[in-house]
Parts: sequence; C-alpha cells; structure tokens
Amino acid sequence: MNRKVIIIGSGPAGLTAALYTARANLNPLVLEGNQPGGQLTITTDVENYPGFPEGIMGPELMEKFRTQAIRFGAECHFKHVTKVDFNARPFKVWVGDDMFTSDSIIISTGASAKMLGLESEKELMGYGVSACATCDGFFFKDKKVLIVGGGDSAMEEANYLTKFASEVKIVHRRDEFRASKIMIDRVMNNDKISVIWNSSIKEILGSKEKGVHAVILEDSQSKNTIEENCDGVFMAIGHKPNTDLFVDILDFDSAGYLITTKGSTATNIEGVYACGDVQDHVYRQAVTAAGSGCMSAIDAERYLENN
Amino acid sequence: MSENVKEFTSDNFSAEVIESDTPVLVDFWAEWCGPCRVIAPVVDEIATEYLQKVKVGKLNVDNHNQVASQYGVRSIPALLIFKNGAVANQIVGAVPKNKITEILDSVI
Repeated sequence: MNRKVIIIGSGPAGLTAALYTARANLNPLVLEGNQPGGQLTITTDVENYPGFPEGIMGPELMEKFRTQAIRFGAECHFKHVTKVDFNARPFKVWVGDDMFTSDSIIISTGASAKMLGLESEKELMGYGVSACATCDGFFFKDKKVLIVGGGDSAMEEANYLTKFASEVKIVHRRDEFRASKIMIDRVMNNDKISVIWNSSIKEILGSKEKGVHAVILEDSQSKNTIEENCDGVFMAIGHKPNTDLFVDILDFDSAGYLITTKGSTATNIEGVYACGDVQDHVYRQAVTAAGSGCMSAIDAERYLENN
Repeated sequence: MSENVKEFTSDNFSAEVIESDTPVLVDFWAEWCGPCRVIAPVVDEIATEYLQKVKVGKLNVDNHNQVASQYGVRSIPALLIFKNGAVANQIVGAVPKNKITEILDSVI
C-alpha cells in the first residue's frame, strides 16, 4: 500500500509530525526506529516542556505524544529503517527486506550519544560502559565510576551518579569545562565528585563476564599514560545526528546535520522534509523539535495538495 | 502484561529458570527505565508466539537486585536467554523484535 506520508523516527519531532498529519487525514506511518520515543526516553524529569508546571518524566511525556498521535490515526511501528531510495517517486523505505512506499517523507531520526570510538568501548557497551547515567546508574551502587565529558550533560550525569556511586571522577580532555556555571558549581560542591583534567581514555579494560575494572588514561600534554581503576565508564561527550541513511542522498552541513531551507523544513529533495535534532545543532530542545515536527507536517501537507 | 509472561523473583528463579526444561527468556527491567517500557510489548508478543517452546518472564531489578548482579547485568533492558541452567546468549538495550527472535531462534 502506497502511503501519503512516512515518518522516520519517533521523538518529539516525529510524533508531532504524526499528530498533525494524522489530523489532516494523511494516515501517517511512523517507523519508530531503535529508540521509540527518542532521547527523552532515557532522561528523568523534563522540567522545561511547557504545559507541565510540575515537570514530567521523559518516558511518560513521550507516551503521551504517542497516544495523542495514535488517537488521530497515526500508525506507529517499532521498526528501524535500514535503507531509503528517494531517486524515484513514490519514495521507497526499507526495514530489512520489507519495502514501504510513500508520496512524502518526514525525517526525524534525531541524534545519538557520541562515543569515543574505541573497540573496547563497543565491546563493553552495556557491560560497564554506558551512554545513559539515568538508565544504568542503578547498577553502580557503592562503586567507582568515571564520566567522560565537559558539558552540561556531563555535569548533570555526574551529579546524578552520586546518588548511587561512592565515587565519581569526571575525565575531561581540557583544563576547563564548557558547561554552564550553575552546573559546574553543583559539581564542584559535590564531595563525591573529583575531576581528572587534561586527560582522555585510550583503552577500557574489562570483560563481558566481569565488567569494567580500569581504564588507561593519557595526559593530553605529556602523553604519559596511567591506569585508573573504576567499575563503570559513562560517556557524555555530546551528540551526533543520525544521518547514516541519507549519505549521498541529502545535503549536509559541515557538522553533519541535514540542511533545510530557511523558514521551512524542506530538504534538497522536494517532498522530503526534516525536523528535530537531525537538522538542528543549535537549539536541540524537545519543544523546538516538536515545533519543527509541526512545520514538517504542514510542509508535507501542502506539498501533497499541490502534487 | 500478557498472562504468558511470568514474574521471576529471587525466590523462584532457581526453580523457574535454572531448572527449567525449556529455554527461558528473562527480561530484566525496572519502573524507571524508559527503554524497558518500549520493549515490554515486544516481550509480550514473543511470549505468545513462542508458547510451549520458550518460557518468558520478567525480573524487576529493583526488587531482586541480587539476581541481576549475579548475572552481571549492568544495563537494562537486558534480555538473558537461559538454556539448561546457563546463559546461552543475551541482548542489551531495546532492539527491534526481529533482532530478538533471530537470536532466540539461534539458541533454541
């Protein structure tokens, strides 16, 4: 069955696009991806989404988004798109061997946590290496953990981890943080947190069976290496847009984000729109993602009317 | 939760999982884990589809942390597949259903 609109991704942008296109009777198909609900599903309290004066838990907020879109006829499937072809119309989208076609596409694949790129990090992901303190902090009760990064999310996660861990060390490659002052103050005033400046992780030592037991740190100036014992390593070194599907198909900016026309969500292919973090390295908020999701829905609706 | 999904605890783990004649899929989860909510309906479906072939159940890590730590669970959701009392394979993180059934099929 050819669709009028397929939405790839299911964070605030994708589900808002789903809500609006569903209400426009476009019967959207949402291919949710590997992380239905997006990045907010791995956060705790969301205190800056308007309309929730007491705050709301990230996963609960995303369940509400989803329920609201489905109420108006959006179809949401926990499926991860593996290939696209936007050369011919209708556009084609694959999930493994299953092919879907659509007259328009809304891309809302969001962003993922950046990793260091070490083999040992990949191997031990979920076995002592984590990119989500709120998901995995619980398993490090009375343990020593490292957190890598120097921005707000590193500070926030470091603070959060002190609820469980006996000792938290922040590993940062520079001699100052780029985090906001209020977040740095919270970290500096927390007795359980210390900082290892000018250092980066060269290797993570451990096994799937026994977890992580240490890392090799390199001093960025002297290049000397030391072994630092720890039970867990948390990554908070920023995010990268999820654009692998669209390489050589859509236009990217120098930072790897999809380019949309100013004042719209149009990509370089007519009928293909992009919203949320995959095309936004400036604001990256749930509410701005939702806003651009709405724009994509309206852009797609207008395109479908005229074609 | 489907009636085909059992609830495992530290008390029944040995009888229900270790001594089970059929392979067992154990979903380690917690209330506060967003991705666990995502995977819950998938686990429900698998329980129904693999009825008689695989025993499927959930273990709450908040209430039964000693089982989680015994098996080295450090991230959830974690799906551990037990066969003849030992871990035959495991899947960490919320992954699509076909990934889970692929691994499950290779084990049973």
